[in-house]
Amino acid sequence: MEFSEHIKTANVEDVVLRRPFHPPMQGTLCVTGHHLLFSNRDGDSSRLVLLLLRNIDAIEKRPSGSSGTITLKCKDLCVLQLDIPGMEECLNIARSIEYLSSLDIVSDMYPFFYRPLKLSLQDQWGLSSAEQNYAQMEELQDRWRLSHVNKDYSVCPSYPPAVIVPHSIDDETLVKVAKFRQGGRFPVLCYYHRKNGMVIMRSSQPLTGANRKRCREDELLLQAVIDGSGLGYIIDTRSNQQAQQARMTGGGFESKSSYSCWKRLHRQLERGKVLQESLIKLVEACGDHSHSVDRWLSKLENSKWLSHVHTALATAGLLAECVERDGHSVLVHGSEGTDTTLLVSSLAQLILDPKTRTLAGFLGLLEREWLLAGHPFQQRCAHSAYSHARLRLEAPVFVLLLDCVWQLARQFPLAMGFSEPLLLRLAMEVYASDYGTFLCNSDQERCAAGVKERTHCLFQFLLKPSERERYSNPLYEPTELAIWPSVQPQSLQLWRGLFLRWTQHAVHLEKAQEELRNLVIECRGAS
Amino acid sequence: MEHILTPKVEEVKLLDRYTAKKPAIGTLYLTATHLIFVETSCNTRKETWMLHHLIATVEKLPLTAMGCPLHISCKNFHVAHFVISSERDCQNVHQSLVRLSQPGKVEELYAFLYNPKQDDDERRNGWGFIDSAMDFKRMGLPNEFWEMTDLNKNYELCSTYHSELGIPKTASKGTVFGSAKFRSRGRIPTLSYYHKESNAAICRCSQPLSGLSGRCVEDEEMLQAISRANPKSTFMYVVDTRPKLNAMANRAAGKGYENEDNYSNIRFQFVGIENIHVMRNSLQKLLEVCAMKSPTMSDYLTGLENSGWLRHIKAVMDAGVFLAKALAEDKASVLVHCSDGWDRTAQVCSLASILLDPFYRTIKGLMVLIEKEWISMGHKFTQRCGHVDGDPKEVSPVFTQFIECLWNLMEQYPCGFEYNEKYLLEIHNHVYSCQFGNFIGNCQREREEMRLYERTFSVWPFLWENRHQYRNPLHKCSLGREVLRPSTLPLNFKFWCGMYNHFDKGMQPKQSILDHLLTITQKKAEGEKKMTDLQRLAVMDGVLADQGSPTGTPPEQTSLSPESVSHTAENAKPLMNGAAVEEAEIELVPTAGSEKMEPVAIEN
Repeated sequence: MEFSEHIKTANVEDVVLRRPFHPPMQGTLCVTGHHLLFSNRDGDSSRLVLLLLRNIDAIEKRPSGSSGTITLKCKDLCVLQLDIPGMEECLNIARSIEYLSSLDIVSDMYPFFYRPLKLSLQDQWGLSSAEQNYAQMEELQDRWRLSHVNKDYSVCPSYPPAVIVPHSIDDETLVKVAKFRQGGRFPVLCYYHRKNGMVIMRSSQPLTGANRKRCREDELLLQAVIDGSGLGYIIDTRSNQQAQQARMTGGGFESKSSYSCWKRLHRQLERGKVLQESLIKLVEACGDHSHSVDRWLSKLENSKWLSHVHTALATAGLLAECVERDGHSVLVHGSEGTDTTLLVSSLAQLILDPKTRTLAGFLGLLEREWLLAGHPFQQRCAHSAYSHARLRLEAPVFVLLLDCVWQLARQFPLAMGFSEPLLLRLAMEVYASDYGTFLCNSDQERCAAGVKERTHCLFQFLLKPSERERYSNPLYEPTELAIWPSVQPQSLQLWRGLFLRWTQHAVHLEKAQEELRNLVIECRGAS
Repeated sequence: MEHILTPKVEEVKLLDRYTAKKPAIGTLYLTATHLIFVETSCNTRKETWMLHHLIATVEKLPLTAMGCPLHISCKNFHVAHFVISSERDCQNVHQSLVRLSQPGKVEELYAFLYNPKQDDDERRNGWGFIDSAMDFKRMGLPNEFWEMTDLNKNYELCSTYHSELGIPKTASKGTVFGSAKFRSRGRIPTLSYYHKESNAAICRCSQPLSGLSGRCVEDEEMLQAISRANPKSTFMYVVDTRPKLNAMANRAAGKGYENEDNYSNIRFQFVGIENIHVMRNSLQKLLEVCAMKSPTMSDYLTGLENSGWLRHIKAVMDAGVFLAKALAEDKASVLVHCSDGWDRTAQVCSLASILLDPFYRTIKGLMVLIEKEWISMGHKFTQRCGHVDGDPKEVSPVFTQFIECLWNLMEQYPCGFEYNEKYLLEIHNHVYSCQFGNFIGNCQREREEMRLYERTFSVWPFLWENRHQYRNPLHKCSLGREVLRPSTLPLNFKFWCGMYNHFDKGMQPKQSILDHLLTITQKKAEGEKKMTDLQRLAVMDGVLADQGSPTGTPPEQTSLSPESVSHTAENAKPLMNGAAVEEAEIELVPTAGSEKMEPVAIEN
């Protein structure tokens, strides 16, 4: 595609850029296929501001006399303003931004054009393969096997080619089970608890439908999971009522009569539109600079965002408790098994597994539980909190995960190998990125689009020594223990680092973090 | 002792406040000063201590299957739910605690029993450790505009003020006494803080007795004199911290506020902080929110909103910011009052001082500030804290609000303060515990009459000795004389879990960044000290040439003026020098209260 068709005015002089933390700047604005480029020459020094068009969530234009003002609201929650002389130029630029910021053909997106000198496309894409993961977990190998039944993505389009399943269940059975689960997402292993051999499985809902259909193979598979240990738990991320209603549309749940060794627990986690609207309301509340505390608290409550954080952490805590304290294996699913299921299973792993709390371990967890497990990033993150576009499949499930991880790290500031800046960076990259990592909706789509050959991998980049330094937690002291978060409302806080990132508040906090890092390094140097 | 009916009760259950965890079982002791619960159900000896005077309410609930519940809540927000198997025992404990927690007279307070094994000299030195008069010297008084007067040395001018007051040089004795007659309880306009950089000052007083149309020439002269003491400014602010409606209602009772027409060049301003009764009720509601068992997020946030607590905290902060801005930006002096000028006025003046002057952001500076704006200016600690059995309508969390505003500031400026959250909590605790004499009495005169300085000890040397626990490892002295300009947007005001749920350990972060940083910086300081000692030895042995100590780099103080350096030097030094500094100062500091609280006797 030719981007130039959509750029009527490529350059405008004497534009004024206003953005947080900086005085207004006058300079030249330039529109390219993927960026807004603003440069300002002040004597000898020249400054350059580069904005990825993909980052722009909403654009508002306002004429004022012969010139115009464009307000850009970005997906990283930053709001910028451009004062452009010349009405026509202003409208042309606005039109270009509108079109180019919402390209929906994957191969047109910037990661396919991003070619920094220091990175090579020959570098490894992704952190580790299913085979490597499996090979590392020797202790589970006598009861669990790696199945390649999905090698051509035919059994389950949203699963990776290789998954871990009970040894006693053959591929034929898996194919049958897949037909009984929505989207073919049959139960697979996502975590093995070394201390007691219990596991966390995840799947989508069973397709029992209105007439309570059964699937012998599905029951066999779950039986094989708890083999001998007696009882397993199913955590359904819908309310009992929602699960009952799902039967009317062909979905359903594991009934007591068919799955006698499994006990079902319902915990309602919101997703989809409800979650997206929650984010929109929260961001709106944070941007309301009126001086009434009551109004602020009422808006904060009304957004329900902290309620979602609360429920997600509480459910993950429940899951972890079943595994670690009560010694049971757990299957977790909601409907499709691509959103809240992943949220709960990955949070539970952070609580239980010290390996997922290192920088590399955490990125590995995200790769396994979100990228390979088929969270539809492209659909969920098409727009963020400012967009006026009609909502389609957007939902900030991943942002909610990052918020919950931040809460965990706030309660256990020494237990995580990574720091808040990493979470902030991920919150930004997931919406607009130079890297291909969060493109597409599944592994299959990424392979088809050539993402792994033609873009760079964010996670690999974040693990380079220079970046590692920036994103590691200076206070990190590994602990083998589970980290049980308090989910009392008093213990949870608004994630100011993300939601108030562009206020003055953030500046002091950032300075403090820098100070803390220097102090720790200094002390380490001395001892 | 005669109030203790049952000194020891066995098989008592202590319930967890929030979770349905199994209750701890143990023995409950009542001593002359404390309630002590010793857990017997666990292997490690776990003790819970509650000072009788900290107990705010003790409630005996109807008998249940488990036994007889006894709910105790303390002024430092410690809450304990006991269940005692025998109703009679519970009745006895309840009766004893009701009596012990509400002493009839001041002399029964813990401070009069507490003895850190010091002689009279040490005690006297301890009381001299913080001297608010020194602070006026630090600000540069006396100077060409301001002087200290002893007109109040016999408390004839104002019985609730300190004996030494800062007043404008041009105010005559007649003006001062005349003004005193026109101000509620004789609380005349007097200097609170002098801002050297701008020559502007914060002054404080009580409301004028203006009624509907009264005026007083001397009072008008007094304000003129304050205005003249800041010759560069053409006007001064008069800030009434009350809501306008309250101030107007006072006019009908012969009190009120300044009429702009009668005073030349004043700008009058209401800032709308509610009165002590509203604040007391608001705190009550806040504590009810804290007491909710497994509330949903919505219950909690709605409860927080309905309590109005954060709205009041913000109102106090807004007023403090207004004052600081008036001095730093408009270079104008401000006169502040509320009704009597000992509650809201104290909050607002001390907050503004902290915003304006980094000295008050140091460990010692905060002591000086509290001594100056609260203790010596007659904040009624005995009544507001309910130290002794008295009118419950006089109790109000005015000081707590000030400390909370300060905490909010610290949250916004993590590197701006030399002290940490523990320091605030410890001070707050001591205000209510009455272990020391500082916060007993309603004004200076009362304290002298009670002979507190001979019969009790001062808390400040005790805190100073433990200052290593209270420092903020992230403190940056390089911020210099910077005036803090905090954001007072509502979203910056947070619920203070560390205060209101301090004793609910499960709710606090499970690992503390502060403790970790304190440990590693302490270790580093020790390591460096060792190195210095080794080098000194090596120099003495002639192995090394003398190059001065490696930690002897002079602290950054370029932005401080010479006078303030002399006073703040010990606080302004960078942290890494902490150990060396402490070492050198140990002899200068009177040693006081080195021992932890001890019960006077465990009755058996």
